[in-house]
Amino acid sequence: MNKHQTRAVEKIQKDFRASVEESRGEVALLLPPEAFIPAVKLLRDQYGYDLLILETAVDYWPQLEPRFHLVCSIWSVGDQDLLTLRVPLNGNSPSIPSLTSIHPAAGWYEREVWDMFGITFEGHPDPRRLIMPFDWEGHPLRKDYPLGYEEPQFTFNFDKISAGKPHPKE
Amino acid sequence: MGVVTTSLESMVNWARTRSMWPMLFGLACCAIEMMSAQASDYDLSRFGMELMRPSPRQSDLMIVAGRVSRKMAPVLRQLYDQMPDPKWVIAMGDCASCGGVFNNYAILQGVDEIVPVDIYVAGCPPRPEGLIHGIISLQEKVKGEKITRWS
Repeated sequence: MNKHQTRAVEKIQKDFRASVEESRGEVALLLPPEAFIPAVKLLRDQYGYDLLILETAVDYWPQLEPRFHLVCSIWSVGDQDLLTLRVPLNGNSPSIPSLTSIHPAAGWYEREVWDMFGITFEGHPDPRRLIMPFDWEGHPLRKDYPLGYEEPQFTFNFDKISAGKPHPKE
Repeated sequence: MGVVTTSLESMVNWARTRSMWPMLFGLACCAIEMMSAQASDYDLSRFGMELMRPSPRQSDLMIVAGRVSRKMAPVLRQLYDQMPDPKWVIAMGDCASCGGVFNNYAILQGVDEIVPVDIYVAGCPPRPEGLIHGIISLQEKVKGEKITRWS
């Protein structure tokens, strides 16, 4: 960690009770959910981390406490420095305030996280599905979502599989 | 009378095969091979497919090149419905024929779940010569078609 990053990390650690993980030069801060928005705002305003690079989630099922980690990476263009924030979230459909008030670029990232994981974002201007069709049920990237594969069709089970597939009426 | 209908059929089928206009439906990697089949080295224009129309109203062959996701399936069906008769469909590549390597919830396992397919071309992606073989097979198939509705 260089000096600028150390100062920012220590301030966040002190103010928001975050814990730090460092791996091969990359720093990740674990924050409680209510500290997420104030921390990002502080990093943008005071320390110059002004570009949102990434916002995704990780599912740790079957571990339920916490089940998800919301991962957010912000980049400082002036100091050429990356900082990652992780927010552990519990339960089956957690909810967290949206980052669009601070970084409008988070709009589509949060739509994708809602579509794939089911994490709702309060205050999001456009909460729709991004990747799956609009009337899809379920959140595909969760670990307990079925793969949805079809059994391979060989000659011995050709008719059985053919009966299960839809066929167009012309 | 049989002589008249046979020669009429052969003339109609000759006209249909020698000037079939494909519709651009390149979705994924197979589209690159379709483009290279249309370009100068493997020429599709010598089979009458001089231009690939992006509009379904002016084309009669739909080459589905690439994987079709469940979100894209209603769009594909709508474009197929907008094509005027007579129309044919070539499922190009493994993903359009049977889902290919993508055996999951998001990709249609074969485009014949939503449109009736005449020719399946295998390959991932099929070489341009493979697509041309499929087109020639389609021409053979059309040559054997009979006129059934006289109205």
